[in-house]
Amino acid sequence: MSDAQLPIEAPLRQARFQDTGLRWGSRLADVVIRSIVPVVLALVAGGILLLALGVNPLTFYSDVWKYGVSDGNWQQSAVTMVPLLLIAVGLIVVFRANLWNLGYNGQFALAAAFVAGFGPSLVQDVPLWFAFVLLFLLAAAVGAGWAFVPGFLKARYGTNEIITTLMMSFIGIDLADYLIKGQFQDPAIQTPQTEAIPLDKLLPPIPGTSIDVSLLVAFTAVLVVHYVLTRTAFGLRLHVLGANPKAARHVGIKLPQLTIAAFVISGALIGMAAAAYVLSPFWGYVRADQIPTYGDSIIPFVFLARLNALAVVPFVAFYAVLSTGGDFAASQANLPTDFLLVLVGLILLFMTIIEYLGRRRELGGSYVPAGLRQSLRSPLRKPAEAEAE
Amino acid sequence: MSQLFWTTVIAGGLLAGTPLMFTALGESISERAGVLNIGLEGMMLVGAYCGYLGAHYGHSIWVGYLTGILGGMSGALIMAVLCVRLGLDQIVVGIAITLAGEGITSVLYQNQFSSTQPRLGAAPSNPIPLLDQIPILGKPVNGQAPLFSQPLIVYLGLAFAAVLAWIFRSTNIGLNLRAAGEKPEALDAAGVSVVATRTFAVLSTGALAGLGGAYLSIVGAGGFQPFLTQGQGFMAIVIAMLARGRPLGVVVASFFFGITISLGTALQAAGVTDIPDNLIHALPFVAIILALILFARRSYLPPALALPYVRGAR
Repeated sequence: MSDAQLPIEAPLRQARFQDTGLRWGSRLADVVIRSIVPVVLALVAGGILLLALGVNPLTFYSDVWKYGVSDGNWQQSAVTMVPLLLIAVGLIVVFRANLWNLGYNGQFALAAAFVAGFGPSLVQDVPLWFAFVLLFLLAAAVGAGWAFVPGFLKARYGTNEIITTLMMSFIGIDLADYLIKGQFQDPAIQTPQTEAIPLDKLLPPIPGTSIDVSLLVAFTAVLVVHYVLTRTAFGLRLHVLGANPKAARHVGIKLPQLTIAAFVISGALIGMAAAAYVLSPFWGYVRADQIPTYGDSIIPFVFLARLNALAVVPFVAFYAVLSTGGDFAASQANLPTDFLLVLVGLILLFMTIIEYLGRRRELGGSYVPAGLRQSLRSPLRKPAEAEAE
Repeated sequence: MSQLFWTTVIAGGLLAGTPLMFTALGESISERAGVLNIGLEGMMLVGAYCGYLGAHYGHSIWVGYLTGILGGMSGALIMAVLCVRLGLDQIVVGIAITLAGEGITSVLYQNQFSSTQPRLGAAPSNPIPLLDQIPILGKPVNGQAPLFSQPLIVYLGLAFAAVLAWIFRSTNIGLNLRAAGEKPEALDAAGVSVVATRTFAVLSTGALAGLGGAYLSIVGAGGFQPFLTQGQGFMAIVIAMLARGRPLGVVVASFFFGITISLGTALQAAGVTDIPDNLIHALPFVAIILALILFARRSYLPPALALPYVRGAR
């Protein structure tokens, strides 16, 4: 189409198209900057720390790649990803409502202890598929039950849920260890751990891989949570509660019920993460004091994904690689694996800083102070001219 | 119960309660000023590690306390810059400081000392004249230091709590701090900088949390180990909330929760050994949940808590 044939308003429309195209491009750039840059900065800062500790950061990070991705190691990363993904969506549900469930470690540990405790006998007694269903439901119930208490206290008395979830978390971990050393202890051995479920009674692999089927469960959970949060009335209610509790009450949302529901669903998903962890072919048992604390590491990625269940998947995949490869790389470099915690903390810090810079930009500000910006834009003009403009 | 049991419970309560007291006093300053400090756990750990380093290389527990304070303040500096000056989310930054503090102290300790794991000598205790003649409270039993024979820093801490109560009640600093938490606009209108007041509060909190951590590693544990604090930073937040930010309430509550921490050791000293470790370890947290349920409605938080102050914003 040539210019002459265009109707009168065409240039306007064209301009608008260009504008939206530009806006889309800049939005994409914005998303990339806000999500990727904190991770890159944290890796760089972590590298400097590694140098200070006398470890070559390039060797360390290439080891992470080697043990986390290449030579089929990505399959192990994919297995690690399952509980991480379920915890992530569990946190998204509750964070959307601007409620803080920081008791994920206790919910996870207790559910893991129950699955590992009842698992060995259950897989022998009932058909295997039914045992899996029961164990996942049991784990969900335990996690939900443990998350119910802070939810109830928040809904009923307005008790700060950050404190109660943290306290319940410590109690849950202790209770899990107590049960593992007591009722659930494998009588055949001295080590404080549960009886191992035999390998052929654990979750079967997806044909052609060594990744077990719980990965499909995790992806289903991601899709379901995303659908519920973005396309249903319940999701909208959570969002309203998160955005403005007063407004939520004003439009007739029952705050206590919704608060408790958010905590219970969150706990149930975190409990299912524990079931997937215990029943994966790598484990089949848990040992006292050695139940992983995955949730701590997942928190930054949930924020980086802007509480979006679909967007969190690539972040969790990234962390699964970092965690799987990082464990090996750290032991190669003679470092404790707690180094990963430092990286996670740094990602969170850089994320908030980038977020701050991004917000200033949105408000019409710039990363550069005003006076400096002026002199950068017109370095050759005289100050008087610049002012006259 | 034996005399040894009571001596151990009461003195142990003070021993375990002192780091809680320092940290909770710090938290009550920053909560008063409207900054919720979730990073307390991380600041305590950094303080514990720096205090351990100072005491180990400086050969003096006082050097240790000093480096512990500086360590805690370095964590608080991050918080002051990000949360007070830039107004970023206090909870997210707090979580970040806790995670990074846990990670970095563990990495540094295991990198430097994993093979040697040097211990610190026992901190000297100072018996109070006359009071150290009272049985149970004053006389040592089986080498167990009793209530009235504690390291000097404990007495200094108690005195500091009294001074802090006075500062809160009857000085301009106390008034400014409270205004920064209750109604920052009013403080700003009165010509006092909200940012400066809150920065001061956060740095004091870091210093006290660092001192609490240093006490934990130098006096409490006699050395550092990764994750030494085991959630005591979070307990301190609860104590500050339950005490409604009043220093004397903080002292009483810290002593009480200190007893729940020390009960396990005391029972073992008294010969009761059949209670599982994990249940004893969970006791303080159960006590806190119960306290929260019982006194939930009486805990008080300033209205501007965890909200960044932006001048002119509504």
